[in-house]
Amino acid sequence: MISAAQIPIFIVIVPFLAAFLISIAGLFKEKYCQPLSVLAMSVSLYAAVATLIHVINHGVIHYHLGGWPPPIGIEYVIDHLNAMVLVIVSFVGFIVSIYSKKSVEQELPDKIPQFYTLYNLLVTGLLGITITGDAFNLYVLLEITALTTYALIAVGRGRAALSGFNYLIMGTIGASFYLLGVGHLYIMTGSLNMADLHQLLPSLYGSGAIFIAFLLILIGVWLKMAFFPMHGWLPNAYTYAPSSTSCLVAPLMTKVSVYVMIRIMFSVFSPKFTFQEFSFHEIVVWLAVVAIVGGSLFALTQKDFKKMLTYLIIAEVGYMVGGVWLANHNGIMGAVLHILNDSMMTLCMFLVVGIIVYKTKGHHFDNLGSLYKKMPFTMAAFTIGALSMIGVPPTAGFFSKWYLILGAIDANQWEFLVALIFSSLVNVVLFFRIIEFAYYPSFSNQHGDAHGSEKIDEAPASMLVPLLIVAAGLLVIGVFTGKIVTYIIQYTIPNGL
Amino acid sequence: MELILAKYNYWIYVFLMMIGFYAMIVKNNLVKKIIGMSIFQTAIILFYVSIGAKKGATIPIIEHHAHSGAIDPAHYINPLPHVLMLTAIVVSVSTLGVALALILKIYHQYGTVEEDEILEQIQ
Amino acid sequence: METIISIRPFLAVLVSLFAVIPIVLSKRHPNVREAWTFGAGAIKFLLIASMLPLILNGKIIEYTVFEVIPGIAIKFKVDPLGMLFALVASSLWIITSAYSVGYMRGLKEHSQTRYFSFFAVALSATIGVAFAANLLTLYLFYEMLSLATYPLVTHHQDREARSSGRKYLTFILGTSIAFILPAMLISYHLSGTLEFSKHGFLVGTASKGVLTVLLLLFIFGFAKAAIMPFHSWLPAAMVAPTPVSALLHAVAVVKVGVFSILRILTGVYGIDLLKSLNLGTLVSYIAAFTILTASLIALSQDGLKRRLAFSTISQLSYIVLGVALLSPKGMIGGMTHIGMHAFGKITLFFGAGAIFVATGKQKISEMVGIGKRMPITMSAFFIGALSVIGLPPTGGFFSKWYLVLGTLQAKQVVMLVVLLTSSLLNAVYFLPVVYKAFFVSPEESLFEEEAKEAPLWCVVPMVITAIVSIALFFYPDIFSKLAELAIR
Repeated sequence: MISAAQIPIFIVIVPFLAAFLISIAGLFKEKYCQPLSVLAMSVSLYAAVATLIHVINHGVIHYHLGGWPPPIGIEYVIDHLNAMVLVIVSFVGFIVSIYSKKSVEQELPDKIPQFYTLYNLLVTGLLGITITGDAFNLYVLLEITALTTYALIAVGRGRAALSGFNYLIMGTIGASFYLLGVGHLYIMTGSLNMADLHQLLPSLYGSGAIFIAFLLILIGVWLKMAFFPMHGWLPNAYTYAPSSTSCLVAPLMTKVSVYVMIRIMFSVFSPKFTFQEFSFHEIVVWLAVVAIVGGSLFALTQKDFKKMLTYLIIAEVGYMVGGVWLANHNGIMGAVLHILNDSMMTLCMFLVVGIIVYKTKGHHFDNLGSLYKKMPFTMAAFTIGALSMIGVPPTAGFFSKWYLILGAIDANQWEFLVALIFSSLVNVVLFFRIIEFAYYPSFSNQHGDAHGSEKIDEAPASMLVPLLIVAAGLLVIGVFTGKIVTYIIQYTIPNGL
Repeated sequence: MELILAKYNYWIYVFLMMIGFYAMIVKNNLVKKIIGMSIFQTAIILFYVSIGAKKGATIPIIEHHAHSGAIDPAHYINPLPHVLMLTAIVVSVSTLGVALALILKIYHQYGTVEEDEILEQIQ
Repeated sequence: METIISIRPFLAVLVSLFAVIPIVLSKRHPNVREAWTFGAGAIKFLLIASMLPLILNGKIIEYTVFEVIPGIAIKFKVDPLGMLFALVASSLWIITSAYSVGYMRGLKEHSQTRYFSFFAVALSATIGVAFAANLLTLYLFYEMLSLATYPLVTHHQDREARSSGRKYLTFILGTSIAFILPAMLISYHLSGTLEFSKHGFLVGTASKGVLTVLLLLFIFGFAKAAIMPFHSWLPAAMVAPTPVSALLHAVAVVKVGVFSILRILTGVYGIDLLKSLNLGTLVSYIAAFTILTASLIALSQDGLKRRLAFSTISQLSYIVLGVALLSPKGMIGGMTHIGMHAFGKITLFFGAGAIFVATGKQKISEMVGIGKRMPITMSAFFIGALSVIGLPPTGGFFSKWYLVLGTLQAKQVVMLVVLLTSSLLNAVYFLPVVYKAFFVSPEESLFEEEAKEAPLWCVVPMVITAIVSIALFFYPDIFSKLAELAIR
């Protein structure tokens, strides 16, 4: 029997080992790759959920890798925040691994083992980032994640390779900045363990090197999460990636980076440092406002469904960064809740895009004609996702917006409130434009609509069921916001706020 | 002046980093970008290695001074940054590998590695 | 006041929501499908009616579903005002469903299953607003109603429907997100609660300037009340099939808007606070402007449904005006007007729809002499018109009488003049329609030979609502008692 105390390691180790197993299995029988991946993801998801329940019931878990105590060894610290993020990551990994079967067979028929190997490595990396309590270990995992992402994006067709390359350059700069910042911290404290750093740093607040370290790490993480004005790499990379890749990467990459930012701000440094010594939080909120408004406006100009969504991701990153930097209880609560809600919303949207690409071979607005008639279930799920993006109760998106706006009012930063409302209104336009395309028959070219679109029907069950689960999840999460906040999110607020 | 001399290792790394950064952002040729990236990463590795180094210090192997008891920590080089950099080197090598693979793919696709020419083809 | 905990209000909301499932499943058997609609309508009405005696005895029914955000629950509370509105909406749903059957089948409309499903959802949302105990619950159902009515408004799925749908959403969803959401959150920030209460929850939380701005956000944010300048979605929404216009754009949707404003005035601000800040006057001037302008615009409309729409815009502001007078008689007048106007206006819409089904005409100028062919329809139309103008022997007279008394009680002579002028205008834009229909013979025959009354499914509901309009003149007790209880 495996003792309960060992469960956290399974979250990470299972997909990691599965990656090797899949690459070997792929040599003999390609069709085993996807089921193996699903299996690994489900074990990981199970372990993550068990860990979350354990954390809720018994508090923070400290897991020492190989039995080495910190600060010498690498420590896994699992509190409410990363237990939640772990569940999100493994859930998305699980859902997409089921969903990807048909899509990968269609888009990457000759690269199935490679895809699933990288897929499992990517999820391992994301889980590792989330679970680790060591600053340098985090860097390594950040790069594992990034490298697999570059590859997974670049296997796509068309501009995918070039977009992947640009992402590689920007991603490497980001990771290097992070590494540099950690180096400065190490010079000053001689430690890399986050909890240890948290103890050692307060006596050094005010030192220029610590300030630089914080700034470097922050910029590195912002680059990784495509925070304005460091967002340039994201839209193309996510648009031209294969459907299954974007389904996995789009909901998780930015959110995990936001998690890292919160970790650095509150667990390595402290609220006192980030909001009083550093004292740039109002400027950061303004940057977030620009991100939200800019992302929304760019999304408005797009004529391509998938690309539009990528700009919305940039806006949503603004939500979360802004929420955290509002420096009050409600703002951080909203930001953390939005990590959960936005990953589900984005997942829902990209799953829909994947289905549309699978059925119509494109993600331009022209591919959307009369889809409500042709695939009612897919479009029903899309509608729920759209309402959540807009922020209509009782979908999940409403409630994080609720806390974010309250946070903005509490902080007296009205510009953030205006930006949030503006983005909601833009989302109304964006999503109802799509609903119009899909709901009304196309008026302009009657004959263009007639040929080819006849055989478009509902998506296969392996794609539809995951989508419907996610869409239902958006409603369930929304309705149970109260429970989520009381059992998980209120513990993620650092002391003193 | 003294400041520059005393901390010359930092100035070197900053200088190298800027060169790399410049190449990554400004260069038009994708391979040159990669070269810039390597310089950038190496600069950081240099930074880490230099912070562990010490003049006249010894290597941190217990056996070396076994006959005279435990060694004084002040006399040996901090091994941790060096160990960390072994990992960082592995990371940068794999990044380089992926990057070169991407460039190959781009070259097959467009027949060039000049960014402006590629963008022209896409238009 | 005694409070009873009962799940009935929640059930009344859910019943039509769950009716959607059997409605969709029985889409191949129209008769079975409609039977589900009627079944759900009957159960809903009976559930609501079963609570009526308790309410009339001065009790209040509450039910907390659960806390969706710590401290804020999805909660229902049945009080006299909510009861009044719920009674009107649920009884008219049954009648409108019957009318829908006649209208939709008469015109052989497509996607009837979708139509009936979203109708049921819309009614759930309406009752949800009526019984909401706090601002969040109200907002939730308010948004649900906006979205559920979109497929109804755009039912025809043609170019016109698309552009009207756009306008509809821009105004309804745009204002609720841009104005209501921040206003709600600011109120929550100020007071720490969103629960409606007798004396409001904003007393003493902020300066007069802040409270005034907040009130304006609320008043204009509930754009379903069609207060100018946020009214133009209503005429646009007339592109919908007539039963939708009848129930939703004369009763459910628009009155949800007005009802929400009443809740803000009475439950969030409270009469005392409004009086002390003199905000009632502000609101009544806004309403008065809408009343007069909309009536004037109605005069120039040739499309019958558009004329009715502008009439609705002006009548809705009567309700707001009545309550904003802050005098007991005026408030009774405003609240009873919810019911009185509903029965009158729905009769008018039923008439317009019946004419369209029977003859295909939509313009008033084409309806000359129609009374001879469709005497029942035009008689009912006449009764409806009387009620909306406010003449005896119809229910509309009762509420308008109280409104007039209310202006005197509040010593607002300007408002008295506004009311009387508007009544005059009402008469001017309705009575000629009836007059031309009955007493003028067209120079050449405007109609095909066989044009006569609409199908029975259309005529009977119309006759019923017309009779109820008259009955309400003689027996206004239910509405007036509820209104009296509401202001106590």
